[in-house]
Amino acid sequence: MDIVPLLKRLSEASGISGYEREVRDIVREVFGRHADEVRIDTLGNVVALKRGAASEPRPSLMIATHMDEIGLIISALEDGFLHFQQVGGYDDRVLLGQEVVVHGRRKLPGIIGARPPHVLAQAEREKPIPSDKLLIDVGLTPDELARVVRVGDLVTMNRSFVELKGGMAAGKALDNRVSVAAAALCLEELSRTRHWWDVYAVATVQEEVGLKGAVASAYGLQPDVGIAVDVTFAKQPSTPDEHTYELGKGPTIGCGPNFHPKLQQALMDTAKSLEMSVHLEPAARVGGTDAVAIQVSREGIPAALISIPLRNMHTPVETVSVKDIERVGRLLAAFISGLDDDFIASLAWDLGLDKE
Amino acid sequence: MLLEDLSHAFGPSGCEDEVRRLLARALRDKVDDLQTDALGNLIAFKQGTGTQPRLKVMVDAHMDEVGLMITRIEKNGLLGFRVVGGILDRLLPAKGVVIGQKRLPGVIAAPPVHLTKPEQRRQVLPIDQLAVDIGANSEDEARELVKIGDYAVFDTRFQVLGEDGLHAVKGKAFDDRMGCAVASALADGEYAVDLYLSFSTQEEMGLRGAMVAAYRIGPDLAFAFEGTVCDDIPKKEDVSPTTEMGKGPAITVMDRSFVADQRLIHLLIEVAEANGIPYQFKQPGVGSTDAGAIHLSRAGVPAVTVSVPCRYIHTPVSMASLNDLDHTVALMRATLAALPEKWRAA
Repeated sequence: MDIVPLLKRLSEASGISGYEREVRDIVREVFGRHADEVRIDTLGNVVALKRGAASEPRPSLMIATHMDEIGLIISALEDGFLHFQQVGGYDDRVLLGQEVVVHGRRKLPGIIGARPPHVLAQAEREKPIPSDKLLIDVGLTPDELARVVRVGDLVTMNRSFVELKGGMAAGKALDNRVSVAAAALCLEELSRTRHWWDVYAVATVQEEVGLKGAVASAYGLQPDVGIAVDVTFAKQPSTPDEHTYELGKGPTIGCGPNFHPKLQQALMDTAKSLEMSVHLEPAARVGGTDAVAIQVSREGIPAALISIPLRNMHTPVETVSVKDIERVGRLLAAFISGLDDDFIASLAWDLGLDKE
Repeated sequence: MLLEDLSHAFGPSGCEDEVRRLLARALRDKVDDLQTDALGNLIAFKQGTGTQPRLKVMVDAHMDEVGLMITRIEKNGLLGFRVVGGILDRLLPAKGVVIGQKRLPGVIAAPPVHLTKPEQRRQVLPIDQLAVDIGANSEDEARELVKIGDYAVFDTRFQVLGEDGLHAVKGKAFDDRMGCAVASALADGEYAVDLYLSFSTQEEMGLRGAMVAAYRIGPDLAFAFEGTVCDDIPKKEDVSPTTEMGKGPAITVMDRSFVADQRLIHLLIEVAEANGIPYQFKQPGVGSTDAGAIHLSRAGVPAVTVSVPCRYIHTPVSMASLNDLDHTVALMRATLAALPEKWRAA
């Protein structure tokens, strides 16, 4: 599968946390191509099941990739213009002069307007504008606007996905649609190889507002192992050397208290057997990914995190290397095909009692 | 729609080639002569139907837009840049651009919010800390695709936003492709006067194209057309909107570059009122237009500027009302039709 067209569809679809319908329809179709069953759960997660070859009851693995994106929400109408608040977190400085889509009674292209330099005092020109002072303009008269937009309507960025040179691509919502694409690749690869475990590929909702989709879907599925796939910080100017990873040089695998050390090591071993370049990403604190929610579901689930490096996170021009996404698809598929009856036992904590 | 093609055309100051070719194609069958000059101005001539000696009327619109220029290629393959014309640094982060007429796509990088401190977020990122990312992994890769001095523009698409009401459109470079659209539309008519349609270069660099075009033409009077500042968003302080969208063509009385000819202002008002065309006055003192260069050409030229109000000029995407564009064209057709009699009477 050429994932670039899929990435474009996913990136350009809207799906703010809690309002993922448009992207969900795409994911349902794409996951469905290589799954035995696809359903939508109560919270709106897409749950695709690909059955394993072992006899029942089979162990299961859950892949969690969140499909929601950050955005804006209309807070007031004033003289034909729209005030807004943030849903998730943009740096206010990237909002000025951006194009948006206001999801009113119909989709309305709009502009976060920037006053021209001609009318600004020097001191004003050099200051960023906080988002509560910005206005969205959809080019309608106050009367027309009041008929099609109301407080609480959502706003997404209006930006086309673009392929760059060097196998890179940029667009909105690539956090975390790149991981959704990686999960789709994994399902496709699994349809060509034999695997014993059941695999649930889950595109989760509401990650950006507190991992809600992962909480509910992990509880519902009770998997034996959970792997979240998300994005991490790629190296770029003005970012620290620590906590950042080269674009195009492979995914990261999380280590630290959120992740099961033996599961993490097993993923590292798989990468090594594939001669795939991966990096350990230390997380000393409780992080903000779906793995954190899966880990403490019910009586606890061994959890891991694979991350795809991404530049300009939480902007409309998030930038990734397509190769890194393909690597994650392959890594997941290879790991899953290697899972056997003994794997769960191999994750048990060594109590050191054998020596007595 | 010609305006759509004009908006999409690549034309920062000094690199107006695409706009020039687009206009030449659009005008060649409607005018009697097409010329270019040393600065790249495109001058179309439409002979009048009146008897000699005919009044020489120059109408001007500038082809250039504000943009970017690549000024350094870094070891990591990222591209440093400078602005061409007046674009504020604070508008630059996280925007899409295209480099050169081949339109190599790139994005202006912005550090992730998670890795910036609150005090940093209260500062505008200065342009020398920004870079265009084209996906090149090294200086060598980047050099194969881009060279120092290449121009870039924002990758904004033109779109009609509403079919009624304000009939708004959005796109890039409305300053001054709106003016180009007005001037081009005048080529469809027949007038008693000799009409010189001058599409000038380098307005954003200080009215440089219009300066030499006016000298070459030597007009008796001149109209400059602009997509001008419109600042009619709701504001707490009581300050002028400069112009208002949807209220018709804006007539300049005075700006930073010139004082408009009183006779021409009165002529425009008289024609607008006789034809029921809405009009407004642009707040004095804001901006400069080609009329500033034209009115001082040779021994002086009576000149006035007529503008389509455009919100958010000098940013990646501006907005205007097609009603205002239509009314500006109607006002100018009727004004040209009133010449030379009304001018002789003045």
